[in-house]
This record gives sequence, structure tokens and C-alpha cells, in this order.
Amino acid sequence: MVDLTLRVNGKKHSLSVEDSSLLSETLRDQLNLTGTHIGCDTSQCGSCTIHMDRKAVKACTVLTAQAEGCEITTIEGIGEPGDLHPMQEAFREHHALQCGFCTPGMIMAAIGLVNESDELDGEQVRKGLDGNFCRCTGYHNIVKAVLDAKQRM
Amino acid sequence: MAEHTGIGASVKRKEDARFITGTGRYTDDINLPGQTYCAFVRSPHPRATIRSIDTSQAREMNGVVDVFVGADLAQDEIGDLPCGWLVKSKDGSDMIAPPHPPIATQSVNYVGEPYALVIGETPEAAKSGAEAVSADFELQTAVMDVATATQSEQIHESVPSNRSYDWELGDRDATDAAFEQAAHIAKIDIVNNRLIPNAIEPRAALGSFDPASESYTLYTTSQNPHLERLVLAAFVNVAPEAKLHVISPDVGGGFGSKIFVYAEETAVIWASARVGRPVKWTAERSESFLADAHGRDHVTHAELALSEEGEFLGLRVQTIANMGAYLSTFASSVPTYLYGTLMAGQYKTPAIHVEVQAVFTNTAPVDAYRGAGRPEATYVVERIVETAARELNMDPSELRRRNFIRPDEFPYETPVALTYDTGNYEASLDRALDLAGYSGFAARKAQSEAEGKRRGLGFSCYIEACGLAPSQVALSLGAGVGLFESAEVRVDVTGSVTVMTGAHSHGQGHETTFAQLVSDKLGIPFENVSVVHGDTRRSDYGLGTYGSRSIAVGGSAIATATDKIITKGKKIAAHMLQSEEENVSFDDGIFTIPDSNESLAFGEVAFSAYVPGNFPLDELEPGLSEKAFYDPANFTYPAGTHICEVEIDPQTGCTEIVSFVAVDDFGNVINPMIVEGQVHGGLAQGIGQALLEHGIYDSDGQLVTGSYMDYTMPRADDLPDFTVDTTVTPCTHNPLGVKGCGEAGAIGATAAVMNAMTDALGVKNLAMPANPETVWRAAQGG
Repeated sequence: MVDLTLRVNGKKHSLSVEDSSLLSETLRDQLNLTGTHIGCDTSQCGSCTIHMDRKAVKACTVLTAQAEGCEITTIEGIGEPGDLHPMQEAFREHHALQCGFCTPGMIMAAIGLVNESDELDGEQVRKGLDGNFCRCTGYHNIVKAVLDAKQRM
Repeated sequence: MAEHTGIGASVKRKEDARFITGTGRYTDDINLPGQTYCAFVRSPHPRATIRSIDTSQAREMNGVVDVFVGADLAQDEIGDLPCGWLVKSKDGSDMIAPPHPPIATQSVNYVGEPYALVIGETPEAAKSGAEAVSADFELQTAVMDVATATQSEQIHESVPSNRSYDWELGDRDATDAAFEQAAHIAKIDIVNNRLIPNAIEPRAALGSFDPASESYTLYTTSQNPHLERLVLAAFVNVAPEAKLHVISPDVGGGFGSKIFVYAEETAVIWASARVGRPVKWTAERSESFLADAHGRDHVTHAELALSEEGEFLGLRVQTIANMGAYLSTFASSVPTYLYGTLMAGQYKTPAIHVEVQAVFTNTAPVDAYRGAGRPEATYVVERIVETAARELNMDPSELRRRNFIRPDEFPYETPVALTYDTGNYEASLDRALDLAGYSGFAARKAQSEAEGKRRGLGFSCYIEACGLAPSQVALSLGAGVGLFESAEVRVDVTGSVTVMTGAHSHGQGHETTFAQLVSDKLGIPFENVSVVHGDTRRSDYGLGTYGSRSIAVGGSAIATATDKIITKGKKIAAHMLQSEEENVSFDDGIFTIPDSNESLAFGEVAFSAYVPGNFPLDELEPGLSEKAFYDPANFTYPAGTHICEVEIDPQTGCTEIVSFVAVDDFGNVINPMIVEGQVHGGLAQGIGQALLEHGIYDSDGQLVTGSYMDYTMPRADDLPDFTVDTTVTPCTHNPLGVKGCGEAGAIGATAAVMNAMTDALGVKNLAMPANPETVWRAAQGG
């Protein structure tokens, strides 16, 4: 077991976790931040994408112990009804989600992509999001939403 | 002016508020005090007899609560997993459904079939325990090839030739006669590749038992919680329906794979009573690949007889459908009543004969996957029509147009048991030709060729049958359940409304669409309508969501219940306004006596119903809440034209979809934004089947495509922007004139893509998925 302090969505949490605990599991099981979803076991689907120090990261690729000292942001930390992040707004306005399962990871990946890109066109959005699966939308509206959010961010 | 939120408006979705903020509530997000975790021990072999199972080591392990095998379930009289549709063979005999114990007892018949379960204090303890369970297997030869399954070693003792049934539809003699008149016969041999559904939320179940009331609660990822409850109660024998509460909370996509009643939730709910604590299981993705029901997997030979002028005279189709190792919940209906019945397509083919053999192999069970039989039928019809056009040197759009059922010919009875109520196939074809820039295609093709590329264009003029119905017809054809839908429209004291539906949303946006429908009909604010679904204790018995049925059947039930509210409201208003019911009209939320200045708002009438001071209690019960069970008179028949244009690089085998146009007729549309989204998603799955996806077992029975490293899921950069539009012929037999839209994309797209691919490459046939290797080989001449 490892004792550590995690800083998530601006709050400090003192935790004791297994050495092998993945950040995705710790966020869900210990911090009850269930917006971070787990859709695969090979780091392919991107449903667990979060931010570590403003960079989009798949939380299943990070041991919890590695995350100590980092500023972690999950979907719960970027906005709330009435005060949504522009990417959340854009996803809603462009119907860029259906079942909602990939959505938190997709939004976090998209914010990361926009933060890292000076310019973005549809093709770059498609390439930039190729680490995140969506089975519902065919990505068409996700691309529209990300391009729109880019203008607002 | 207030935002238009009624029927026809692209209202933003209510449910998004929780999904975009990470506050959705999926099954795996739910935890119960004292819960344990379940891990399944799965067969590594495709076919083996179980000599013995050794659980002793697992039982000794730290954190292992208990270990169960199939015999433990049998001891509690837990029954087999049933198949809910009885298909009869040509000779009148019943299909053969081999015994399907939830946890294997005597033998295992596909890799991934569970034969034991371990309950642990933590997920890790359960998994470690599962790894410590071992079995002594006597290996048997596995049957892996669907085409030769009937000549292979017999898998199940009760199933000679590995054949569940040998079914036919249509008139063989008339079809033979049509072929004798033919000037030309087009023939194709096609394989409809096996797909693995891959909803991004893995299946999950959380079961608990309350000994005081002897009742169970099951949270699970189901598209139809009432059906789950019915099967677990009546067939599997877990508990009586009244003592089984099934909740299907937010569900992360289904695409058919979450219709079925599986081994895992059966074992979990049963085990919760055995261990006396809640039991939770969430599939790992590798388990989803191995043990979710797969889709498609047909081998087909088809022939189309044509006259000199290109008139379709007859169609004959012979299909071998892979059922996998057992008959899953609705598996038998997919290659029969959802497949053979669609072989007329949009055409006036006068004679059709379809033969389907359903066979067992040592693979995961195959059942409905988005479209379920209709994509397979469309693939046969639209590939052979395109092939015929090429062989006759006719424009494929003109050959189709020549054979379309015309708008003035509806209702139209096909030779394969359906009666189409309405349609206008030329309208969607013409609109699609326009949007696809068809007249400029030759120039674009020449340009591509000048650049060393190959360009092709393919059509798919699909039809589908949605909202499977009516109940009595389906029951007479072997269905095990009715096919109506339930609704309750409960007006609250202050005039807001709660709608209970038996349909289930796992991405379709029912909370929005159904609220639009009710707010439009009652003239009350959209915000004042809440929709409840997915809970067997809150909604009446309903059949859930699949087969694009939610709006056509569930929406019609809601519309009917809402009409009853208006009828009762008029009676109340008549009393309050001291008039007669027939004098009261209702429009836009106001009850009025025409030609008077007397009126009452909907909320005033609702209040009076619950605070009945000025209320006709001698004639009416108080309250304002109505129910409806809507049983459709017929299927609905969405149809449309999809046109795909591709450009292939023959040097690399890489394909670019340069344009994809879908023009669909869904009848009336409640929320165009949601409908477009449904089309996009369906197209992605249809294109995925054509170019990317394939569930592959090797000859030793191992699933080669068992992870996202191996199974090619469509990613954002694999897909194009889509051009979608609609034409409208309202359904003639439901109160909303709606047809349903959930599956159309997946039904139409695959044939359009493959017609474009074969056009570009100048080949008659090309195997799916047409991945770069396949395409490169074809481009090199085989």
C-alpha cells in the first residue's frame, strides 16, 4: 500500500492505495468521481481521459502513485450546470453525445487538443481524437462541437 | 418569443446536463453497502467435456467469499437461458434449441463460456480466485466454419447436423417459374461478416437480496428491464416477478447487445442470495468481446432473374446463418422474420423464395446487432441489384427506379409476408442523386484516374421494418412475448407531467423526444415534463428499446395516453365551465368553449382534478393520470437511398470515403437533431462493417479479434462528414405518423460502401471488411 496526497479538481485528498492501483480506479472507487469511465483494458477507448497538469491523459495509463504532486482535473472539475465549460456547452449544442458514456473522456481529450493547438480544422480534430472511441455519434457532431468550442475557448 | 420546443423542433437534450458534467449514473457507478465482487471463470477451449472442476485452491485464498459452479445453480433449480422465438422448419418441425445452462455444467462450447464464478471481497480477490479455479477438460474437435457446419462433427447431442432449423419463406414454385422466363440472371455469393457490438459501456450487473421480503434487486445494463425480469422470473426461476426489481439506469449504448438475458446477470442475482450480500460484476472489455452476443455472420448465395428490359422477375436466396454455440434470447428471429421478410426491398419483385439454415458453431452466440437481419437482407438485395445493373450495362439508379414500388401502389403486399403502408422511393433517390452530385461523377472519376486513383460510387436503396408488430401476428409466428408498449402520463397537482414509459433510452434521447411530444400535445412548457424509464417498479410492463421501436410504438403509447388526459380534461373543464363535454375544445394548453370568452388553463383543470372542490365526483374519479398499452397494427417501413463515393489508392489499398449521402424517410420527425444523430451513428457502424470490423476466430476456436488492439473500431479519422436529409411520407397507421430511425444508417450504409468499392476496383465481389490488404490485393488483380 502507498500513502499519498492527490490534488483533484482543486481539492486535496489523503489516500492509501495499492501499489498497483490505476488512477482511473482510484478516482472512481475512492474519490467517487464516477464521471471518469472505464471502457476497456488496453488503453484504447479513451473513456477515462482526464487532465494531469492541463494535459489530456488516459487515467488507466497512470498508476495512482505516479499522480502525486500533479494537478488532476476530471470532468467533474471543469464546469457545472449554469457554469459549463465551453466544450461542454458545445457538445450539448451540437448533439455531440448520445449515450454519454464516452462523453467525459471525449470532452477532456477535446479540451486537451484545443489547448495544444493554435489552429484546428476538421481533419486535425479527427486525427487528434483518434484515441477516443465513440460508438454512438459517428463523430460527425463531435468534430463540429470541438471546432465551435475552439472559437469560444 | 419562447423557443419552439414542440414536435419538429431540434430541442437540445434534457439528459445532456448530466452526461456532459460526469454525473450520469451507469450501473458500474452504483455501489451497495457490503457488496462483493464477482469474477467468472471462462473456458479457454472452444469445445470440451468438463470432467471435473477444482475450486479448492480458490476457496482457500484471502478475500475469496465463495466459489460456485453450474451444479450449484442447478441445485437451486435455476433454469436454462431460453430463446424467445420459436421458428419452425420447412417440414413443420420446431427449431432445436440445445440446453443452455447459464454456467456450463457438462460441456463448454465456445471460448469465454463461463463454467464457474468466484465471489470476492474486492474485484482483485475475485479475479485472483478465478485464476486459481481449474477444470479437467476432455477436448473435442471444434466446429468453426459456418459454411460446412452441417457436415461437421455434432456439437450438441440434441442437434443433428448442427442445424437448429431449415426455414423458408415465399413461393418456391412461382420463383422457379420466374427464373424460367428470365432473359438475364445475376448471381452473387456473399459473406456477411461477424461483428462484435462494442457498446463503449461494458455490460454490468449488481444484484442484491433482501431476506426479510425474499425479494431481489438487480441493477443491470439492459435495453429492456421488464423483459429481463420476465425471463429471470418465468424461465430462469430466480424469483417471482413481484419479488424481482430490475433497474436499468443510464446505459452506455446497446446496439442490440444489451437486449439479451445473459449468464452473468443471472449468476449475479442468484449468488446475491447465496452469499447474503450484494454481488457486483462489470465486464472487462476482453469479456465483452468473448461473451457479448455477436452480430451478422451469414453465408449467402442469391440469384436475381430479370427480363430483357431489366424488370425484376424473381429472387432466390439461400443463407446459412451462424447461431454460435447456443440460441441467444432472440437469435432465431434475426435471420428469419427480420431477414427473409425484407427481400422485396423497395421493389416489385413478384416472386421471392428465401431459405435459411441456422447452424451451430463453437463460437459466441450470435443475435441481434443494430438492424438485426435487415442489414443482412439489404446487403443481399442491394448488392445483387447493383451487380445486375453492371452486367446489363444499365445505370444502377435507373434499374432501381424502374423496379420501385410507386407511391400510388401502397398499401403494397410483398411476396414475403409484409404489407408496406406507404413510401415514396423515387423522392429519396432523386434527392440523394442531387446531394451526391451524381451527374458530375464521371468527371470526378476521370480526374481520380488521371491521378492514379480509383473512384467508385455505390447505391443502397434500403427498406426496413421497424416496431415489430402486431403482437398477434408475431405470436402466431413464434414470438414468445407481446410487442406492444406501455405508457403512463401522470399529471401532477400543479399541472407538470411525469411520463412513465416501457421503452428504454441508452443514447436515443427519449427524455427529450417524449417530453417534446407530451408538451406539444398538452400545450405545457417542455421543462414541465419529466420522463421516467428503466425501472420495473415505476413503469408498467413494457418491451424496451430495440428494432427502432421507441417512437413508433412507445411514442404512440404516450400519445394515446396523452389523448386520454385531454379527453378527461375536457370532461372536467365542461363541469367547471358549466357546459357539455362536446362543447369544449382544447388547444395549446387552453380548454375553451368556442364562441364564448370562457376558458381554463391546463393547470387549472389539473388542480381541480386533485383538489376536487368544483369537480363532477358523481361522474368522474378524481385525479388526472392515464395509461395506454399501444399495440401497432403493422410494422413501420422507413426507407431511403444512401450513396457512397470512394477513392482508392491502388498502391496502398487505402480507401477514402469522399462523400456519403443518406436520404431517409422516417415519416414525421419529432426532433430532427436527434434523428440526424441516430443516422450518423448508424452510418458509422454500417461503414465500419464494410471497411474495418470483423470478429475472427481462428481454426482452433480462439477469438483472434479479442481486444481493441485487434478489432478495428471506427475512429474519428476513419470516417467522413456525412450529408443527411429526409423525405417524408407519414406512417399511415400510428397516431404520430412516425416510422423510427435508429437502425437505418446501419442497414443502408454497408451495401452502399461495398457497391462503391467494387465499382472503383472493377470487381464483382470483394470481401468485407475491405481493409487495405483486401483492397490492395483486389487492385493488383487478385
